[in-house]
Amino acid sequence: MSVTTSDRLPKGRPLSLKLGRDDLLMRGFILMIALYLIITLALPLYAMLSKAFSTFRFDLSQIELQVSDQEGNFDGTILSAATLNDETGAIGADSMAASSDSRLELTPLFPDFSFRSPVRYKIRGTTADTAYLIGSERITGTEWKEMDSNTFRRVVLRPAQSFGFSNFTTYFSTPSLFRSIENSLFISIVSTIVTVSLAFAFAYALSRSCMRFKGVFRLIAMAPILVPSLLPGIALVYLFGNQGMLKGMMMGESIYGPYGILIGSVFFTFPHALIIITTALAISDARLYEAAIALRASRWKTFWTVTIPGARYGLISAAFVVFNLVITDFGLPKVIGGQYNMLAVDIYKQVIGQQNFEMGAVVSVVLLMPAFIAFAVDRQVQKKQVALLSARSVVFEPKPHKSFDRLCFLYCTLVAVFIIGILGVCQFAALIKFWPYDLSLSLKNYNFDVMDGGGWEAYGNSIKLAILTAIFGTIVVFTGAYMVDKTRGFKSGRNIFQLLAMLPMAIPGMVLGLAYIFFFNDPDNPLNFLYGTMAILVIVTITHFYTVSHLTAVTALKQMDGEFESVAASLKQPFYKLFARVTVPVCMPAILDIGIYLFVNAMTTVSAVVFLYSTDTALASIAVLNMDDAGDIAPAAAMGMMIFYTNAAARILHLAASKGILKRTQAWRLR
Amino acid sequence: MIQFKKLALTAIAGLFVANSVMAAELTVYTAVEAEDLKRYAEEFNKSHPDIKINWVRDSTGIITAKLLAEKNNPQADVIWGLAATSLLLMKSEGMLEPYAPKGVENLDKKFVDKSNPPTWTGMDAWVAAVCFNTIEGEKLGLKAPTSWKDLTKPEYKGHVIMPNPASSGTGFLDVSSWLQMFGEEGGWEYMDGLHENIARYTHSGSAPCKLAASGEIPIGISFAFRGAKSKADGAPIEIIVPEEGVGWDMEATAIVAGTANLDAAKTLVDWTITKEANVMYNTGYAVVAYPGVAKPVKFFPENLTEKMIDNDFEFAANNRNAILAEWQKRYDSKSEPKS
Repeated sequence: MSVTTSDRLPKGRPLSLKLGRDDLLMRGFILMIALYLIITLALPLYAMLSKAFSTFRFDLSQIELQVSDQEGNFDGTILSAATLNDETGAIGADSMAASSDSRLELTPLFPDFSFRSPVRYKIRGTTADTAYLIGSERITGTEWKEMDSNTFRRVVLRPAQSFGFSNFTTYFSTPSLFRSIENSLFISIVSTIVTVSLAFAFAYALSRSCMRFKGVFRLIAMAPILVPSLLPGIALVYLFGNQGMLKGMMMGESIYGPYGILIGSVFFTFPHALIIITTALAISDARLYEAAIALRASRWKTFWTVTIPGARYGLISAAFVVFNLVITDFGLPKVIGGQYNMLAVDIYKQVIGQQNFEMGAVVSVVLLMPAFIAFAVDRQVQKKQVALLSARSVVFEPKPHKSFDRLCFLYCTLVAVFIIGILGVCQFAALIKFWPYDLSLSLKNYNFDVMDGGGWEAYGNSIKLAILTAIFGTIVVFTGAYMVDKTRGFKSGRNIFQLLAMLPMAIPGMVLGLAYIFFFNDPDNPLNFLYGTMAILVIVTITHFYTVSHLTAVTALKQMDGEFESVAASLKQPFYKLFARVTVPVCMPAILDIGIYLFVNAMTTVSAVVFLYSTDTALASIAVLNMDDAGDIAPAAAMGMMIFYTNAAARILHLAASKGILKRTQAWRLR
Repeated sequence: MIQFKKLALTAIAGLFVANSVMAAELTVYTAVEAEDLKRYAEEFNKSHPDIKINWVRDSTGIITAKLLAEKNNPQADVIWGLAATSLLLMKSEGMLEPYAPKGVENLDKKFVDKSNPPTWTGMDAWVAAVCFNTIEGEKLGLKAPTSWKDLTKPEYKGHVIMPNPASSGTGFLDVSSWLQMFGEEGGWEYMDGLHENIARYTHSGSAPCKLAASGEIPIGISFAFRGAKSKADGAPIEIIVPEEGVGWDMEATAIVAGTANLDAAKTLVDWTITKEANVMYNTGYAVVAYPGVAKPVKFFPENLTEKMIDNDFEFAANNRNAILAEWQKRYDSKSEPKS
């Protein structure tokens, strides 16, 4: 029947969504925020990649020479330096590869050269860009320059710029550089295993035991999120350094190196793993446990056949998050890594220590690889995650079990003591006058204004940055998430946006910061004026922490039925009215969470901003790094603790505000 | 609301008026210690109240990186107080404006760039020295070293710390001075021996002395200025000038090519080489560019000036890349993890 109808009726136009004004406006918004992400993420990364392939080589064919006889008379023969080198073979091919700061002496081209001889030399470049130095004087252009042999001795050639893979060849033929890959992987894998195991045990105790003080333990376990990652490094120096309080426990091993990095990494990644695993353990179906008991499975067997499979996606997710955090972290290995080179520190050393931006870009590309792989695998795993909690599930309620509860309590106490201990040591260090010779208490270390790093102003700047990031970041992220989630049609555009929003997760802060220098400091870039301002710090911080905020927003929005939009449309209400009157108030808890997440991270971040701050915009977290670097360890600890207190205060404020606002906006959730 | 707008407008207008009193503003990049900067600007403004200095301060490495990164779009007008080695780097990139400040002939020749007109002028010298913690030394039964060669003795194994030349200017001046004093081969041979005793290499040049001061590592290869400061803070250290001679670098001044405020920049640079400016540098640094000005600085080793080697800055600048590559090949890759 249907076949005949379609035969008779003429074919209509293909079905397509009719676009209203709202749709166009929303697509406009998507495009705007996508453009923001392209400018603050994609383009800088592109600039960095092209820097990694920008190479320097000495080009002898660009140099022409004339040599006089013993009396100083020239016969007019013009020698090309390249031909000379082909004849003598004085300068090997591998000496031609250079970095931006390399210099090449020309005297080896003349085997019988003596700086005392009366022979005179003339030199010129063949192109206007050819550059050479006489001593430290830079000379370019194609004019002949005449000089005596003693001056010729001081002539060095500067490299010419081109494009190619030679930076990567240099990188992989420098053992000190590529050994860092091994080191970084080793540290990241070991700390991932340790952290995830510890966090799992902690989460297990929180969700499956009936021990007391769960709330307190949860609170303490979250504390490391409030401090910069390098703070545990400082505490470890005071604990296990050569003048450390517990030096004996190291049994002759040095804390400067892998041990220090490992302990510190476990400290600062612990809460991140804990959050994910707790969530995974929280959604478990009590019916499965009842079945296990009915089948007389032992506790041990139940653990491996019910608990672990239920939490496996959470565990995998936590593992990747920890791995990424450790491999991209820069502060901790800088403070306590000693001679143990890691990739993130290499970038810093190349750029700050040697001004070798090209090599910094190459290391960045290398560092992107593991982070990208981890990110891709994690995404795949996330897709496989299916809802464990169905409507018929029964929420698991732990039953008291005396010895097990006591064991859990003991374990959690140990972890809590470790965390409080680290923070306590920092506070103690900050108040001691001159460790270890003068143990009287003083506030001398809080006199930041006479130290390197930016003083109290840096602390003020950090708060400013954190507030600006929280406000603007929340607006951008939430609007973006709303548009992506609620726009109808426009599938390809939304997919691209999703991809852009996920990307920052895989970009190490260090790499992002370096990319920003290349992109924003280019004089041809119309956005150049942002360089060195607070605005660029806000932008880089928002972009760096975009993904998690975006996911939080999307999760909250997904809980809202699409019918709200349909109802609003049928009532002829524009979407922005709906957005302001319904969506935002309903999602208020998530919005506040995004705000505090951005605030806390802006206070503690080091890696993304270390290349971008200027004197007027020095930050507290950078001050911690720089003061520690200059050997002022106690003031660094003092500033680190200031960050901790500020974040803790912000958290409390957030809690109070949430309670107040939630009462007003979420009353509808209660009956 | 209107009231408020009016108020804001008046305030903005006020700002403009206040600004116009200042004839010029200079952006000055510097690596001078934070606590000295305010004093420097105040002294300068006593005689030149019409020029306002906006400082951009950071450690030597970072300021150098910043200047090089901004090569095609310079933000600085003047560099006042940056290592001469760094300035030579800028010079070879053509980033500095050649200018002979008024009265440059009064300065010690060592402190003036050899080009004519010079591109940079020195302020004060920043001299290597060894900080030795006497309390920890006694505990460990270590005698105070008196020479560079002493530091390679087996008894000091694991008790010496020095800055990494790849990330610290102080570290590099040590390495370049050893290569100049002991010769190319002897220099590397010396460092091979020293490497055996080094506990670790720090990123900053002042850290070794501060670590020696706190007893973390008893012997720190650093610079004299830092040592004197730590000692003044009450650290139990002795500042040792190794008898073979010590490397040094200077803090120097230059005008950035392409500055829009050339006249004001010249005025500032003229002032930076005056006698009064040098007296001002002398508060922290025992060796300054203006002959006859220097008075001894408290806790500063006395024989330091004689021990300063005849430093060849051109050698250091032109071979920097090759030296660092060799250094990293020898020592950076060797620093194996104990995993």
